[in-house]
Amino acid sequence: MSIARPEIPTPSLMGFTLPIMAIAGAFTGYVVGTAHGTPVPGVVIGIVVAVALGYVLAQFVPDRRIGRLGTAALAGITGMALVGTSGLIAGILIGLVLSWFAYWLSSGDYRASVPVYATAGDVLWHNSFKFVCGLIFFFLIAPIVVVLPLSFNAENFFTFTPKMLALDPEGYSLKHYRDFFTNSDWQGALWNSIRIAPVATLLSVSFGTLAAIGLSQSHVPFRRAIMAILISPMIVPLIISAAGMYFFYSRIGLQGTYWGVVLAHAALGIPFVIITVTATLVGFDRSLTRAAANMGAGPIRTFFKVQMPLILPGVISGALFAFITSFDEVVVVLFVGSAGQKTLPWQMFTGLREQISPTILAVAAILVAFSIILLTTVEILRRRSERLRGMSPS
Amino acid sequence: MKLMNTLLATSTLALSAGAASAIDLTMVSWGGAYQHSQLKAYAEPYMAEHPDVNIIWDESSAEAVAKLRAMNEAGNISWDLVDVTVSDSIRLCDEGLAKEIDFDEALAPAPDGTPASEDFGSTLVNDCFIPQIVYSTTFGYRTDLVGDTPPTTVCDVFDLEKYPGKRALQKRPIDNVEWALYCDGVAKDEIYDVLGTEEGQARAFAKLDTIKDQVVWWSAGAETPQLLADGEVVMGSTFNGRLFSAIAEQNQPIAMLWDMQSYDIDGWIVPAGLAAEREAVVMDFLKFATDTQRLADQAKYISYGPARASSAPLVGKHADLGIEMAPHMPTDPANAGNPHFYDYGWWADNRDDLDAKFQAWLAQ
Repeated sequence: MSIARPEIPTPSLMGFTLPIMAIAGAFTGYVVGTAHGTPVPGVVIGIVVAVALGYVLAQFVPDRRIGRLGTAALAGITGMALVGTSGLIAGILIGLVLSWFAYWLSSGDYRASVPVYATAGDVLWHNSFKFVCGLIFFFLIAPIVVVLPLSFNAENFFTFTPKMLALDPEGYSLKHYRDFFTNSDWQGALWNSIRIAPVATLLSVSFGTLAAIGLSQSHVPFRRAIMAILISPMIVPLIISAAGMYFFYSRIGLQGTYWGVVLAHAALGIPFVIITVTATLVGFDRSLTRAAANMGAGPIRTFFKVQMPLILPGVISGALFAFITSFDEVVVVLFVGSAGQKTLPWQMFTGLREQISPTILAVAAILVAFSIILLTTVEILRRRSERLRGMSPS
Repeated sequence: MKLMNTLLATSTLALSAGAASAIDLTMVSWGGAYQHSQLKAYAEPYMAEHPDVNIIWDESSAEAVAKLRAMNEAGNISWDLVDVTVSDSIRLCDEGLAKEIDFDEALAPAPDGTPASEDFGSTLVNDCFIPQIVYSTTFGYRTDLVGDTPPTTVCDVFDLEKYPGKRALQKRPIDNVEWALYCDGVAKDEIYDVLGTEEGQARAFAKLDTIKDQVVWWSAGAETPQLLADGEVVMGSTFNGRLFSAIAEQNQPIAMLWDMQSYDIDGWIVPAGLAAEREAVVMDFLKFATDTQRLADQAKYISYGPARASSAPLVGKHADLGIEMAPHMPTDPANAGNPHFYDYGWWADNRDDLDAKFQAWLAQ
């Protein structure tokens, strides 16, 4: 902070900080109260506690560190006394968030990331926007996060048992992971998915890339119509494609075979590859291929040495989508596959319907970890290759 | 070019692997503990005797009728033996999608020589259906949520004052309307006469109306044990084997309410139109899997009663827990005090009509 900011007037305690603290307290109290089946007393207690907290911190505790740690400790001890170990954790979290919020409001920090000339409306808009973004992020992530601890459940039900909530080690176990790695049904399904997805991806990428390059040539007739047909597997409801493929593949003897499922998944993956590759081709300079031809390179050599390296990011992200489409797909494989091609999503689907077993959660946790690793690796590789070619990652 | 060669090589490999001499049989069942009992009692011993036969399982019994119709239309029957309920077997048999069986010729006689048709007795309900087990749809309740006086009759399900809290019922009219009429004062042997009239149906729905806002509707058998384990419901109906598993194998605080349990039968059908040599293998397996000892063995893994009379004395102990299985069978005299016999014929005629009325009632 080398540039001195003009002094921000400290916001009014009664007219600003405490009312907003009351709203935050009501919300927190509602959530905690609902968890215990008493939403209305929860709201009242939440308002009282939050307003008192805001008043005390703003008036008497100027040192933020002491204020925040003290609040967290107090709330944690209260939670511990009332509920137990899970109350301790919830108390500390609530204490940290509410005390941070109190200082953020009372010190005027909420204006820190907007320009000084912003009006009150601008500031409100800016902070609400951030808040809504945070909320959306929470709604996207929360269902996935809930699954992770449940997968370590020692019981055979989708239930947070009292032992789990008390953080008792006996409430947790790796048995659902053990079941996944030793059960022949799950291992067979995993093996089928691993055999099907990469081959389907390879086919999608080969055909999709060629189609995208062909369709980006201006002299190809009926480009739009052909494009629409190739993209259609993405738009037509999956169940319709699946039923159609079932009858067609039955006639030609592909139904219930390995190659039938691979071809069906390749058809579903092609639109993703076409879309991502077409997007990168927009930025591709045609004169480069003419220059290569001028220097004596044939079309195939030009493709692999000049065009392919430049459109590679599009090809890779298309491949990723195609892979995930095949790896996650359940409708088409139920129709086109037979029991011998049972993939992981199929096994999860029947597992959920017939027998609500937490092994599904263990598989889900493994797949989440796998997806994170896959996406991170691809992103790191992409940045590395761009750095090597002297481009800045965009 | 390299890519092309690799593709060709892999496809040749895949094709040659598929053409091995062993025969793959696809059996369709319900998954879960029930399919596991079939694997242990029938499939594994059979494969040990016949190393050239490999059995693959498909957990698609829930959509057996629809899928067999589609297979028939596509001219490509990819299932060899299908486990279905009686009502599905009636539909499949009527539509010619299931093979008609000569029971005495196709199935093994009892050890004392009684022909199969007599040994299975009243469980043989049509020409295509080879029974395996008798199960029941009945209630389980949370022992810790019902106070000091646990429920004793099915009518306690309709008593919100005595047992407040949610109940789980199957999302279909079958069983629910019968229980409703019974608890509205209709005598057991008059239920289907009353249900045959418009007023009787209205009466059943009116009785269900009294608990409608306290009902959680389930469609998969595993849902009720999950809801009971969570404490989301106080009591709920499901298949008795699911409750046995939650009580005996998972040690949940749940107890059985056997009053007015609704008996049903589950069994095999052979899809019509299998190739002759395939069908011969299937029939050989079927003879083995439905003999007296195999049906008794199945009861070691799940608490469903064997369909053959001659199997009942052979029912032993649970394979892992070592407890006697006979007291957990729906057919055990202690449990069969007041069972309900579900009328297949009546439901075959009225199911579509009542399904529509039930769905309309649910949506009100």
